[in-house]
Amino acid sequence: MTREQVRQAILNIISDIAPDEDLGTIKDEEKLRDQFDLDSMDFLDIVMELRKRFNLEVPEKDYQELVSMASSVEYLFPRLKDNELVR
Amino acid sequence: MNYDAIIIGSGLSGLAAGIRLAMFDKKVLIVEKHIEVGGLNSFYTRKQRTFDVGLHAMTNYTPKGVRTSPLGKLLKQLRFKHDEFRLCPQEMSEIRFPDKALRFTNEFEFLEQEVAEQFPSQIDGFQKLLTHIREFNELDLDDSQQISSREVLESCLTDPVLIDMLYCPIMYYGNAAEGDMNFYQYVIMFKSIFMEGFAKPVGGMPYILKLLVDKYQSLGGELRMGAGVQSITHEDSELRSIHLENGETLVADKVISSAGAIETLRLCDPPIVEESELEIGQMSFIESIFVLDKLPKEVGYDKSIVFYSTEPRFKYSVPKGLTDVTSGVLCCPNNFQYPETPSEGIIRVTNQANFKLWDAMARSDYRAAKKEYRDRGVNALLTYFPDFSDHIIYIDSFTPKTIFKYTGHLNGAVYGSPTKIKSGRTPVKNLFICGTDQGFLGIIGATLSGISMANLHILQAEAKSEYGRI
Repeated sequence: MTREQVRQAILNIISDIAPDEDLGTIKDEEKLRDQFDLDSMDFLDIVMELRKRFNLEVPEKDYQELVSMASSVEYLFPRLKDNELVR
Repeated sequence: MNYDAIIIGSGLSGLAAGIRLAMFDKKVLIVEKHIEVGGLNSFYTRKQRTFDVGLHAMTNYTPKGVRTSPLGKLLKQLRFKHDEFRLCPQEMSEIRFPDKALRFTNEFEFLEQEVAEQFPSQIDGFQKLLTHIREFNELDLDDSQQISSREVLESCLTDPVLIDMLYCPIMYYGNAAEGDMNFYQYVIMFKSIFMEGFAKPVGGMPYILKLLVDKYQSLGGELRMGAGVQSITHEDSELRSIHLENGETLVADKVISSAGAIETLRLCDPPIVEESELEIGQMSFIESIFVLDKLPKEVGYDKSIVFYSTEPRFKYSVPKGLTDVTSGVLCCPNNFQYPETPSEGIIRVTNQANFKLWDAMARSDYRAAKKEYRDRGVNALLTYFPDFSDHIIYIDSFTPKTIFKYTGHLNGAVYGSPTKIKSGRTPVKNLFICGTDQGFLGIIGATLSGISMANLHILQAEAKSEYGRI
C-alpha cells in the first residue's frame, strides 16, 4: 500500500465504525477522539479491524500512535506497505 | 460442533452480543427457545394485528449527532446509522397525581421549569439532586456500592409528593426492587427518561429486531429457534457443554446467557450453591391493549405517555391482590412524531400485578379476572381522563403469567432480580450473563449490556491475553 492507500484504509475503518460521520471534513493533524468523540471502545474496534483486515497486531503500548490520522499513517505505513488495500 | 461462543436467548442483549462477536469473525450461535426473537421486548400477532411487548417507548432517545449518549455508543458499536432505527420522538408526557401534574418532553429544561412552577419550594433541592445525578458514573462496571436512592432523594427534596412523582416513571420503567432502588439504577433511569427521552421506531419491535437479526446473520452468526437449553454442564467450575432440550450437545469456549442470573444458574449441572444468595425478582405487570375506532387525541388523550397515581402517595410493590389499579402507565403509541400517523388508534394501560396470585388461578377464573381487572384499570383511569370504552374495537391483555410463559423469567419479573451482577461473571468460568440481570436497564440498556459483556469477556479479554497482560 502507498501512504495514500494506508490513509484510505484507516478512513474505511472509521467510516465503518462511525457510519453517521462525514469524513470529508477530517483534519489529519487533529486528535480523532476530539473530532469524532471516539472513545476507548471505538479505538479497540480500530485495532481489531486492523487485525481482521491486515492481520496486523497493534500492541496496547502503541495505541497512542493512533491518536490522529497523521500519526496513524506514520505508524501504520511501514507495517502495512506490503499489504494490499482491502475493504 | 465447537463454537467460540454460544449465546442463550435472542432478546436485544443476546442479539447485540452476537453481532459484536460475529463482527470480529467469532463462530457464534444464538439459541432461542421460542419461535420469535425478542425476549422481554418482543411482539405478537392477534387477528392480523401486531402488538409490541415491552415497548411503550424506547427510552434513552438522543437525536442524530449525539455521539456520547448510550444510543450514540450503541449505534457505533453495532454499526448502524441513526436513521436506520427510524426513531420518532415523543410529543409530550406527563406524571399525574391527585393535586399535581408534571409534564415533560425530550427537552430537559421543560421538566425543570415544571418543577419550578409546581414545587417552588423544592427547586433548589431539585438542582442539588441533578448535580448528584450528573456527577455520578452509573456505567462503572466495577462499582459495587449500595446507595439507596430514597436516601439521596430525601437528602435533597423535602416534599414526599415530588419524590414519589419522580419515582413513578423511573420505577415503572426499570425497577426490579420494591419501594426503593439502587442509586446507580435511579441515575440510569433518570437520564434515560428525563435527560434523554422517549421515541418509538416506525414499525415497532418487529422492525428493530429484524434489523438486528439481519445484521447478525449477514455477519455469519447462526440463530436457532425453538432450541431451549436443558442444562449447562461444568466440571470443577470449568464450563463443559450445553445440552439442548432436543438432546443435542453443543460445545463452546464461552457462553453468554441472557436467561436471567438465577435462571442461568438453575440450568447448571451440577447445581450451583451460590444461587440461594441471589434474590428472585418480584415486580410484574398486567397490560391491556385497546384498539380504538378513533385516534387517542380524538377521544381526549393527547399525551405520549402518562404515569399516574390516583392516590397522593405512590406505591411500588407486589400488590396484595391480583392487581393494583391505583397507579399505572398509560401509553398512546399514536402520539409520537411519526412521518405518517398509524391508521388505528391504540391505548395501552399497565398496572402492577402479583405473579403468584395470577399463576395460581384456574383457567376459567383467569379469563374472568383478566376482564375484571382490565375494567377496574380503565375505571381508575377515568379519575383523570375521558371514557373511551365506546370506541374499543379490539382488546387484548397479558399478565405476569403470560410474561413468564413466553420469557422464562421467574415470577414474570420483567426487570429481573433486584441484585444485579454488573461484571456479568458467574461461579462457572467462561459462563457469563448479560441482559436485565447484568444491570443496564431499558431497551437501549439491554442492548448495551450485550455489547459490553461481549467486549469485556470475549473481545477485550482476547486482545489483552495476546499481549500477555491479563
